[in-house]
Amino acid sequence: METSASNEPRGSDAGSVSSGLFDENRQTLDIKREKVCIEVRDLDLYYGNDQALKNVNLKIAHNRVTAFIGPSGCGKSTLLRCFNRMNDLIDICRIEGEILIDGKNIHDRDVDVAEHRRRVGMVFQKPNPFPKSIFENVAYGLRLQGVNDKRRLAEVVERSLRAAALWDEVKDRLDDNAFGLSGGQQQRLVIARAVAIEPEVILLDEPCSALDPISTAKVEELIQELKNDYTIVIVTHNMQQAARVSDFTAYMYMGELIEFDDTARLFTNPRRKATEDYITGRYG
Amino acid sequence: MSKVPETSSTRAWIKSGDPWIWMIGGGLAISLIMVVGLFLLIAVRGFGHFWPAPLIQTSVSVDGEIRPVLGVQTDVETLPAQRIREAGTEIPDDQALVTRYLFKLGNRDVTGRDFVWFLESQLGERSYPEDAMRVERREWGNFYGFPVALESGERRIEGEALWPALQDAIRRSNELHQRIRRLEKVDIGAINSGIEKIRLERRRMDLQGIDGAERSAREADLEARSEELDRRFADIRVERNQLFEQNERDTLIARTADGTEVRIPLATVVMASKNNALGLPGKIAFYGHRIKDFLTGFPREANTEGGIFPAIFGTVVMVLIMSVLVTPFGVLAAIYLREYARQGTLLKIIRVSVYNLAGVPSIVFGVFGLGFFVYLLGGTIDDLFYPERLPAPTFGTPGLFWASLTLALLTLPVVIVSTEEGLARIPRTIREGSLALGATKWETLWKVVVPLSAPAMMTGLILAVARAAGEVAPLMLVGVVKLAPSLPVDGEFPYVHLERKIMHLGFHIYDVGFQSPNVEAARPLVYATALTLVLLILILNLTAIAIRNRLREKYRAESD
Repeated sequence: METSASNEPRGSDAGSVSSGLFDENRQTLDIKREKVCIEVRDLDLYYGNDQALKNVNLKIAHNRVTAFIGPSGCGKSTLLRCFNRMNDLIDICRIEGEILIDGKNIHDRDVDVAEHRRRVGMVFQKPNPFPKSIFENVAYGLRLQGVNDKRRLAEVVERSLRAAALWDEVKDRLDDNAFGLSGGQQQRLVIARAVAIEPEVILLDEPCSALDPISTAKVEELIQELKNDYTIVIVTHNMQQAARVSDFTAYMYMGELIEFDDTARLFTNPRRKATEDYITGRYG
Repeated sequence: MSKVPETSSTRAWIKSGDPWIWMIGGGLAISLIMVVGLFLLIAVRGFGHFWPAPLIQTSVSVDGEIRPVLGVQTDVETLPAQRIREAGTEIPDDQALVTRYLFKLGNRDVTGRDFVWFLESQLGERSYPEDAMRVERREWGNFYGFPVALESGERRIEGEALWPALQDAIRRSNELHQRIRRLEKVDIGAINSGIEKIRLERRRMDLQGIDGAERSAREADLEARSEELDRRFADIRVERNQLFEQNERDTLIARTADGTEVRIPLATVVMASKNNALGLPGKIAFYGHRIKDFLTGFPREANTEGGIFPAIFGTVVMVLIMSVLVTPFGVLAAIYLREYARQGTLLKIIRVSVYNLAGVPSIVFGVFGLGFFVYLLGGTIDDLFYPERLPAPTFGTPGLFWASLTLALLTLPVVIVSTEEGLARIPRTIREGSLALGATKWETLWKVVVPLSAPAMMTGLILAVARAAGEVAPLMLVGVVKLAPSLPVDGEFPYVHLERKIMHLGFHIYDVGFQSPNVEAARPLVYATALTLVLLILILNLTAIAIRNRLREKYRAESD
């Protein structure tokens, strides 16, 4: 890790997002020195004849939070969904290039998609609990793996709910239907559900866009906790959020990866004009 | 000048939407009035029939001869006099309209006529004698007259003591009747089926060519069983004859309106009542008794009297079996169509065909059921599994199972369409949530999507039940009969007899209304049966809706 020397704003107007967000003593990270978890090489993605991702090259660091930002339709969610092969569900979607997780191409023939998704968990924009009890929601992934031992399930459910900072709120009503929880609680439940099967990577697709500010704060806090154990990739529309929670940030525009850097550096000292325009609100 | 503001106000009124609101409100009101009116009509006509009607005594002059009559007035009609004149009855020339009354006189065994029209001019003064009684019998319909005496063995009871004694005797005779019936239905039925089984085993051995030592060993066994059955039958016959004898003890002696004395064996009497002397509690008790008889009794006199229990039971059992058949087929087909099949032209054609099945006239399904299910499938089943019973068919003849299967086919599109719509409504995010946890498509479907769309499936089932319970045309071809000898579910192994013919409320309405030898007597029963059918469908639907609401509550999504 190198000590930050260039942590000052590039121009006075670039500080509108970042002012006060970054700690003076925060270290600037360099992706070249990080342990790589996911590597994207020359990725092109087409929906029928429309190209949604153009020659994306990217490395995601192990046990760090990486944020994807960019205007609507820039391909950030599409890229995120590539990591756990959710795009397989779309018939007209075609992918060229490689995505390596721990050095292994996820599109190889011998990769079992279900098994792969178990390693790469995902949390969606809108909370999507299952029509089951809170307990069964968290236990769902384990039950899929054939775990039916009650004690083991109870243990994992408690641990996961604690990890998602939800345990204290629901411990007395684990058998209640998950739909009875508030939106923010549901989103944390969904995170607990993802954590329960102990994936290596957790993908968060705009996890706070349907939540109120208090719930958002809780989820952001949670992301900070989780990064000790998991590699986290988050897509967000909210640049403050990206600045607050992430270590690395990728700015995407029109299917292309415009800039990728340490979050603080990208926000305070973007190298590309397009990035600067976007983060200072001059985009469009 | 004054026209201008008027037009503009009319236009404003039209623009405000008021005329449309009045129109749609009117449409709704008309629909409601029609539904409520229909319901009230069948309710009044049907269940009003069981209320005790006053017994009217009057005199009738026919061709100058005056004779007394006693009966119940069931209808009034006002006709142009011309029509009566053409029918050959003399009416004074200055009279343009004639009122005539329909009387139910009963006593078919004495007079041979049950219902008679009398012109107003023929009738004398009416009176409502307290002592007049109505006797409901198992044979010959009702008797209307006056009690004279009760002969109980050697004793003869008259006067004050007669009526209470008669009621006691009727209660006793009804109990005896029940016991005889049970003996005949249950015990003798069991023996008969035992004898039939022995015959079938012999036939099976013939067909399989078993002979020699094995044959004689088995024959000995069969012989022993046969003797045992004969012995039991002899015992039961003795018991039955004793009951019959006991039941012949009492005879009611009654007098008709014109003074003829009639002997009515109590063994044939269902109930006797003095309608004119009944107070309100008595009337209510009478009403309750008759409704209960109607709902729980078996039909008598070519379905024109007695109850409709076998028809209610048959309808319910048939609908239940239909539901059990149609739900899995419909749900699986919908899941395949929606989730697995490749969306394309072929699928579109299949889907349109399925939807159009719902529009095929139901009698066509009946024809298909008869040709394919009954003759082809049923015939094959008989050949393979019941060769010893041939040429008498087992499944190769219309019956409960084929009726249910035909209805299942008829209602399949409804279930498929509702289920598909239910599946389509499940948000993609929920499926993705499951897939993202490492579930396969099948696991996602089975654990998340199908439970969530269960309410939609129930909706399909509700529509299917409503349609199936009211369907008559195809059933006439594939298993419903005028009078079924036994219920499809009973205490005899295997308890549910899918091959048996059943009775059905819808067909019962048709049969009683159009095929009855005694149209006037049957008419109220048509309404009563129709009301029962409507109520039954209502109950079935409400049950299904209650289940659906519970499922909805359970799987209520936040977005709902």
